[in-house]
Amino acid sequence: MMNCEQATRLMSDGRERDLTIRERAAIKMHNLLCVGCRNFNVQVHDLGRIARRYAKEQGEETTNSIRDSTGPSSKE
Amino acid sequence: MGESVLPGEAPVEQSAASHLTDPVFLDDLRRQMLKFAVLQLDNEAQAEDAVQEALIGALKNVASFERKAALKTWVFAILKHKITDLLRYRQRWVDVEKPSDSADDETLPSVFDTRGFWHQEDRPNRWAQPVEAIDDAHFWRVFEVCLEDLPPAQGRVFMMREFIELDSDEICQSIDISASNLHVLLHRARLRLRRCLEEHWFCEEAAS
Repeated sequence: MMNCEQATRLMSDGRERDLTIRERAAIKMHNLLCVGCRNFNVQVHDLGRIARRYAKEQGEETTNSIRDSTGPSSKE
Repeated sequence: MGESVLPGEAPVEQSAASHLTDPVFLDDLRRQMLKFAVLQLDNEAQAEDAVQEALIGALKNVASFERKAALKTWVFAILKHKITDLLRYRQRWVDVEKPSDSADDETLPSVFDTRGFWHQEDRPNRWAQPVEAIDDAHFWRVFEVCLEDLPPAQGRVFMMREFIELDSDEICQSIDISASNLHVLLHRARLRLRRCLEEHWFCEEAAS
């Protein structure tokens, strides 16, 4: 059976290329028994979503802080 | 502070043009763009130029942007293109240090034991909070710190792949590494990033 290092490598590769049926089966088998890798398999995609929200969120954060700082003064 | 807001009073919304003349906003934006560009290009002067050009490009077409957030997303999109061009151009005339050599030097984070199984304390826990539900400025600071904590080659390819959303082939071509080297770097980057986020963010969530 694959170890966790090999399993996480395949799960990471899964974002870069289509895995073979054999590889996907190996991951499934491994993850049946390994809760850590099961969580990694979710988080590897979470990381992608986090990265994509990064610039957008910063934009909104800046907007809010500007709005807070210009809000009161613009009413004076 | 007891300041009453009249019902129907419009929230303070400036036009996009005034955002770009707002020194506080511009300063903030420049700083964030520069941080991003330096991480990608690993060259302060080229990063400064790319940011400057992206901002000038934005100023020329600013009229069509109503909201500040939209403006910012768009300015970042211009910057991404500039960086991609620079990386492609650089490949033609600079002898790029080969990340393929350094890839093997960077040891894996010691999350696995000698047999390749998780160390007990490094085994990924379930993250209590769905990514979509994250709504906290502090999280993004934690994310930045974790990104900066990655070895440079790992941070660069991770951002190219997941932020700029170049595909594997494009990344391999622009920095001249093999697909398998790229995949090694991405695997390591993801292991490190997830551990850092869990340690500094999601772990507190789970504990509470």
